[in-house]
Order: sequence, then structure tokens, then C-alpha cells
Amino acid sequence: MLTNLSFALILAGAFAAGSRARPDQLSVLGNAVRTEVTGFFAWFGELAMFCWRLARVAFVPPWEGRELVRQMDAIGSKSLPLVALAGAATGVVLSLQTRDTLARFGAKSMLPTVIIYSIVKESGPVITGLIVSGRVGAGIGAELGSMKVTEQIDAMEASAVDPYKYLVATRVLACVAMLPLLTLAADFSGIFMGWISNTLAEPISLRLFFDAGTKGIAFSDFLPPTLKTAVYGLIIGIVSCFQGMRTQGGTEGVGRSTTSAVVLSSLCVILADVVLVRLIQVFYP
Amino acid sequence: MGPENNQAEVAIERLSKSFGSQKVLTGFNLNVAHGETVAVLGRSGTGKSVLLRLLIGLQKPDSGSIRIQGQEITGLDGKPLNEIRKKIGFLFQEGALYDSLTVQQNVEFPLDRHTTLSDAERESKARALLESVGMGHDGDKMPSEISGGMQKRVGLARALALGPALVLLDEPTAGLDPITAAEIGELISQLQEKHKMTSMVVTHDLHGAKHFANRLVMLDCGKVLYEGSFEGLQKSSDPFVVQYLKDAA
Repeated sequence: MLTNLSFALILAGAFAAGSRARPDQLSVLGNAVRTEVTGFFAWFGELAMFCWRLARVAFVPPWEGRELVRQMDAIGSKSLPLVALAGAATGVVLSLQTRDTLARFGAKSMLPTVIIYSIVKESGPVITGLIVSGRVGAGIGAELGSMKVTEQIDAMEASAVDPYKYLVATRVLACVAMLPLLTLAADFSGIFMGWISNTLAEPISLRLFFDAGTKGIAFSDFLPPTLKTAVYGLIIGIVSCFQGMRTQGGTEGVGRSTTSAVVLSSLCVILADVVLVRLIQVFYP
Repeated sequence: MGPENNQAEVAIERLSKSFGSQKVLTGFNLNVAHGETVAVLGRSGTGKSVLLRLLIGLQKPDSGSIRIQGQEITGLDGKPLNEIRKKIGFLFQEGALYDSLTVQQNVEFPLDRHTTLSDAERESKARALLESVGMGHDGDKMPSEISGGMQKRVGLARALALGPALVLLDEPTAGLDPITAAEIGELISQLQEKHKMTSMVVTHDLHGAKHFANRLVMLDCGKVLYEGSFEGLQKSSDPFVVQYLKDAA
């Protein structure tokens, strides 16, 4: 949707700049741009209505405790190995990359601080957000999309069960709850592997590494970046469920929903990160 | 198997529904008495399935009235609509079984949501329902492991789980071989006699409808073209009906 819009606008710009465009070509292009722009705003309108419907059912009984726990397991525990691995790789890369740089400036003793600070403040949360938006976003988009095209969601509604409550609210809440916990796992494995990588080059005890690394770090450096991932969870859950629930057009439609769930949730996580980092700087200077 | 009394379980008046410029139902009227089984026939795309979806509130009509057990449902939403839905069983054309749940869990699903039965009672009831549709030994299977006919049987068991007053069946025999289609038709007749429920069946299976329906309704261009018995349908001189019967033979 966003890419189509950008493409249409770029083409429109190119045509407008060119002098050889025929009126009929401009008319076709104008219609294409109008369709894309309308679609772009319609998407936001539908998303707003989706969020409103979700908000109306999410916090009223009956509670879907069993389904929520099932989703927390599917989203949390099953993402854990992937998130931990990505965190570990980040820790190793950070250690390898910064060691030489810091050595050049005679600041090698700052290496534990740089690794821990980078991972806790930014790398851990963002890596977790992107990994979960890929794995979970695709899963939710495909699952809800295929349920939609095979009338399973209609069957649920016909059984007097609100799919927004049973399917959407549980997945969104599970994402919100699990993202900070997964971030802790990514932080831990990143710091641990950063230490392993560091200690292979220059032996240092884990305790010393940790003490040196956390000396200048306050609790406010750790808590807001970890908790901001709950917002990533909200974004991933809502965008993926929204794309899944509006699936149309059989298996091809399911493919489109899955792709758009991953692309849009990843994009929104990155954009949200910009805003959240600035907000954290404002409130926790 | 005839109607038990003349009270209209379903009363539809001047119902209209369009999708863009395509008019699917235009001023559609129909009453279904308590205990009656009405088969809705017609060409594909004449609004038969849409009619069932309007009756369960999955889609909203453009205008007109739908009363179920005397209660107007067209303006309902949320909890009041769900209260009506609990009285209605719906069999979807492709079964629409939840593919992440087993056959047994599919039948248990509405019982789990809307009854206070214990786990053991729920399991027992679901097993009894599955046995009543000849699927008693397949409760542990996943929907993907059973045939299309079996999926429809399970869908039927799930539709009957809450003991509905009204059952809506969307092409219960579509896509099945003649023998399985006849079995499903026979099953519908048996369940009809056992549960004494009101049913509306959208079907292309004229021969099946002859057996399980009290009344036939033929739709064309969003309106009722014929309403009455199978014998009356055969005597109709309407060119569309004559052609339909000829092609169905």
C-alpha cells in the first residue's frame, strides 16, 4: 500500500516534469494516483475503526484467559530461541567492531560499558522488535488471513463468539506482554556473548565485565528502553491482526496479507522507535 | 415432519441487499413456520447464501425487516445479536471447521463458550453429537485429515451443539458425490425429526430438497419466483422453472 503510493507519486512527478506526456496518459496516471491516495487514507480509516472495535471488546468480560496463555506461549516462548540468537550475534558483533575503534582512542576499558549500554538502550529492543515483527507478524497475518478466506472467522461470529475478542485481543495483549520479556532475553544473551567475545581476546571475569559495564548506567537507562518494546508489541499485534482480518481473495490474498503484515509492522516499529527514543530523552534526560 | 403450528419462526419482509450496483435481493418476502424446513433454490449468484448471512447477522441488509422468533434483528449488534445467534445453528458451505482444533474440539467450541457444562459433560455431549452424525470415532482427527463430506457432518454437529431453534444450512450437499450427498440429505431428515427444529436449506440438490424440505422457494433476480411444494414446482409453467428442472434432471 505504502510502496504503491510512493511509486504512483514518483511516476506522477516524473510525468509532470516531462513535457511529452499526452493528455490521455496524464488522465490514466491521475486516476492511478487518486486511487492510491484514496486507498492510503482508507487504510488508516479502516485501521482506526479496527482499533475502536478492539478497544470496545478487549477489556470487558468474559476473559479469554486460556487463549491468551496459548498466544503468550506461541508468541513468547517460541520466539525466545530466535530472539536470544539474534541478541547474541549482536553482542558478538558489537564487541568485535568496537574493540578496535576504542583501542585507537585508548579507551579500551570502556568496552564493557559500550556493549552493555548499546544493547540495553537500543540494539536489544530494536532487534527484538524486528525479529518478532518478522516471525510473529507473518504467523498472525497468515493464520488470521487463512481463517478469513475459509470462513472460519464468520463461523466464529455465527457461533456468537466475537473474533475481535477471541482472536485479536488475545494476540495483541500477548504481543504487548511478551515483547519486554523477550527484550530482556535478547539483552542478556547479547551482553553474555559480548563478554565471551571480549574475554576470548582479552580474558576478563564476567563479574568484572558486568560491574565495569554497568557503573555509569542508571535504572532509568534500562527501564524505559525495555518497556518501550511493549509499544512495539502493540504495533506488531494490531498491524498483523488488522492485515489478517481484512484478507480478501483466497490464497493469493493470504500471501499478500502475510507480506504486508511483516513489512508494515517492521516499518512501524522502526518509525515508532524514532518517536519513542525522543520521548524517552524528553522524560528521562 | 410438517410444521407444528403457524407461528412464524422467521419472518422476512421487503428485504433488499446490494453490492455496489449489483442488486442481490430486492423486496424479498418469506415466512418460515416453527418446525418447518424450507429449501431455497436458484441459480448461483441469486442471493441464496447472502440471504442466510443476513439471517445470522454476518451482513446487514440495505432495507427491510428480519424477525426471528418475533424479534427484529436487522438493527442489532454486539451482545443482543449474539443472544439471537445462540438460537441459530449455521452450516457453512465448506464446513468452516477451525483447522487448529480437532474434530471433537470443534464441536465443543460453542459449548465451551456458551454453557456452564463441566469438561466431562461437554466432552460427552460433543461425542454424542458426533455419533449422531456418524463421526463418533473421528473426534481426535484434525479437519484436514477428514473428507469434505465428513467435514460437513462435523459442521452439522457443531451447528446443533447449542440445541438451536433454527438451523441454516448453506449448500450442505455441494461438492459431494451422489452417495455422500444422499447420506447427508438423509442425515438432515433424521436430525429434523429428532430435534424438531426449523430449518432453511440453500441447495442446488433438487432431489435432496424433495426429501428433506416441506416447502421449496425458488429465487431469481433477488425475488421469489416460486414458493410451494415439489409437486407444484414440477407443474409450474414459468420458463425459468421449467429450464431449471430440465437442467437439474
